[in-house]
Amino acid sequence: MASAAGATARGASAAATATASAPGLVLRASKVTKRFGGSVAVREVDFEIPDGAIVSLIGPNGAGKTTFFNVIAGLMEPTAGFVEFRGRRMIARPVRAFLEPIVWFIPPALVALIGVILAAGGATPEELALVILVAIIAVGAMFLAAIVRPRWYNAILHSVGVFRSARPNDMVVAGVGRTFQNIRLFPNMTATENVLVGMHTKLKSTPVDAFFSTRRQRREEVESLERVRTFLDLVGLPGRGPELAKNLPYGDQRRLELARALASQPVLLLLDEPTAEMNPRETSEMTALISRLRSELGLSILLIEHDMRVVMEISDRITVLDHGDRIAEGTPDVVRRDPKVIEAYLGTPPAEAAPSGTPAAGTPAAGPAGSPPA
Amino acid sequence: MNAGVGARNARQRRGGDVRDTIREFAEQHRSTSIIVAMAVIAAVLPVLAAVPPFSLFQPHNAWVDGFANAGTYVLLAVGLNIVVGLAGLLDLGYAAFFAFGAYAYAYGASPFSHNDLPFLPLLLVGAAVAATFGVILGAPTLRLRGDYLAIVTFGFGEIVPIVFLNAEQYTNGTNGIGGVYQPTIPLLDRLPDSFQFSFTNPWPFYVLMIFILTIVMIFAYRLQDSRLGRAWMAIREDELAAASSGVNTVTTKLLAFALGASTAGLAGVFNAAKLTVVSPDQFLFAVSFTVLAMIVLGGMGNIWGVAVGAFVISTIQQTLLKQLDIVFHQLGIPILKDVNFLSYQFLLYGVALVLMMLLRPEGLFPSGRRRRELHSAEDSAGEALVVDPAAPTGGLV
Repeated sequence: MASAAGATARGASAAATATASAPGLVLRASKVTKRFGGSVAVREVDFEIPDGAIVSLIGPNGAGKTTFFNVIAGLMEPTAGFVEFRGRRMIARPVRAFLEPIVWFIPPALVALIGVILAAGGATPEELALVILVAIIAVGAMFLAAIVRPRWYNAILHSVGVFRSARPNDMVVAGVGRTFQNIRLFPNMTATENVLVGMHTKLKSTPVDAFFSTRRQRREEVESLERVRTFLDLVGLPGRGPELAKNLPYGDQRRLELARALASQPVLLLLDEPTAEMNPRETSEMTALISRLRSELGLSILLIEHDMRVVMEISDRITVLDHGDRIAEGTPDVVRRDPKVIEAYLGTPPAEAAPSGTPAAGTPAAGPAGSPPA
Repeated sequence: MNAGVGARNARQRRGGDVRDTIREFAEQHRSTSIIVAMAVIAAVLPVLAAVPPFSLFQPHNAWVDGFANAGTYVLLAVGLNIVVGLAGLLDLGYAAFFAFGAYAYAYGASPFSHNDLPFLPLLLVGAAVAATFGVILGAPTLRLRGDYLAIVTFGFGEIVPIVFLNAEQYTNGTNGIGGVYQPTIPLLDRLPDSFQFSFTNPWPFYVLMIFILTIVMIFAYRLQDSRLGRAWMAIREDELAAASSGVNTVTTKLLAFALGASTAGLAGVFNAAKLTVVSPDQFLFAVSFTVLAMIVLGGMGNIWGVAVGAFVISTIQQTLLKQLDIVFHQLGIPILKDVNFLSYQFLLYGVALVLMMLLRPEGLFPSGRRRRELHSAEDSAGEALVVDPAAPTGGLV
């Protein structure tokens, strides 16, 4: 599945610049900084996700985890630094943005040029009025293109060296799926419809297909419903498709959100506290599911998590943020023993913070599970 | 007694079966069922108007004329339902698109513009013009939501009639464009007079409106059940989550504005051709508000619901209230004969809306969940639909 998604994954919008990055990295963030006015939420964070790895991002509340996450997902533009996804620069400050308005006026300028030539050739006022009208339409079309950002428009911008960050939906097309810290399903739609929306980028039928109910439209609808079932089965919601998302119990809503993210067939899955507010059994089921997603679907996974037991159990690597700085990075064993982490994050003597004990002992005092956004 | 109960149960079950069968058929053959339903409605309405008490109100032709006018509002409501009901974009300036459709036809076929283009292509031109302005309104408002969007669209809806009012050189100002040609449809010309569009013969308008409505409703249902319709609903429910699920919110919203507006454009062309006059005062805020009230009362999000809501309200407004005055006056009932019911129509709307919000906020005909999708998805898992809440929540481990 991952390879299929990879084959079709295209940087739809971002004028992706292929840069030589280390092989085997699905995502590389370099010196990402995000400022909100005077306060710095994330400061020069370097971050890598190897292919097929489960990487955790931990830190006390307010450490900048979710901000960093939102930058990666295309929701926020970083103040500095860039994010590469599969070797293509997707997110960074815009480059040569001033060229864009110039590009807008190329087609109308060409039309105007034709008008001047016609006028020199003795055109009537009516013909010139027509030329002006066409020029106005051309301006309008380019403005619209700037808003909608179709592929040809991005290609033009790319060819003159303009770079703009990918939008969230572009990141989904490229192969990044995400879930939210506080569940954001479509509450008045059924579970099936929620997953179908997740499949949006994988469906090809256009409004015209829908208008005339073409064969492609009908076949695609049947096939996609079939696939919805496999996704619902995968996350452990078999047969719950017809229920409204808002009527599902909490744990099932988390699963449904996961199914929706999986439906876009991502290469990289961003999970923002997938086990928040879950009971121990639900937590262990979710942990098992996450491991399975990696082993069976070959997904790379970035995890924000407060439950240390989950983090230590499934992570290949852990990055620790505190006040926007990356204070540690490494395997669970290394991070667990890092004195800076213990001091800044756990705030308790090492003996008590040993994560191998009970869940209570493993839960950091500074950040209880399910607390407000980091 | 047991047998009686059994028989009743059996009868009920049979009744339920018939209803289920009909519903299932309607959901699987949506377009066919819309055509059948519209044909039935088209046949029943004139008959209904011919029997008492309705026949006492006004002559038969006046009823048919009223139905054709009500059809305009149904069209508007079905279009606004796409924008407000499906995509959740509160649009208070919807009458503007109605105006663009009407003026597009007036330019295409009136002595004012010295054009006499055929009706059917102009219907599409009117829709296209309105859709273009839908995009023009949609583009700057993409970042707005809720109240802010409502204010901007309200402003747009106010600007458009004022522009038509003041651009006298092009629109003939207050007087509007008069003498707009009534529709001519090829082939139909050769038929006898009773098939021709005219002031005295509302039937062709009625039939034409039924045709337009049938097509628009089929398209509306198909869109609603498509990838685009789901994207609209996703944006209505949670725009950020929709974007993070891969929905291009920009194109999706623009399409909602454009398609909603194009329906209003169709209504505008029809209305202009029927009234043969287009003037700015036909497109004031009252129209936007009335259509919005219609879809709220009808049940936002449900296409048949808003259609019925729009039909009932516009019939009450245009026919019943007007006739009530006359009826009560003729009967000479003391206080009632002096009441001008027509001037109280907005009071009645207000009362109806307040009562509706208190008693049935979802509207008269709320949108049911779309079972068709679910049935085909869950055929084999049908029994699992009734989920035991005590059952384990999943089979993961």
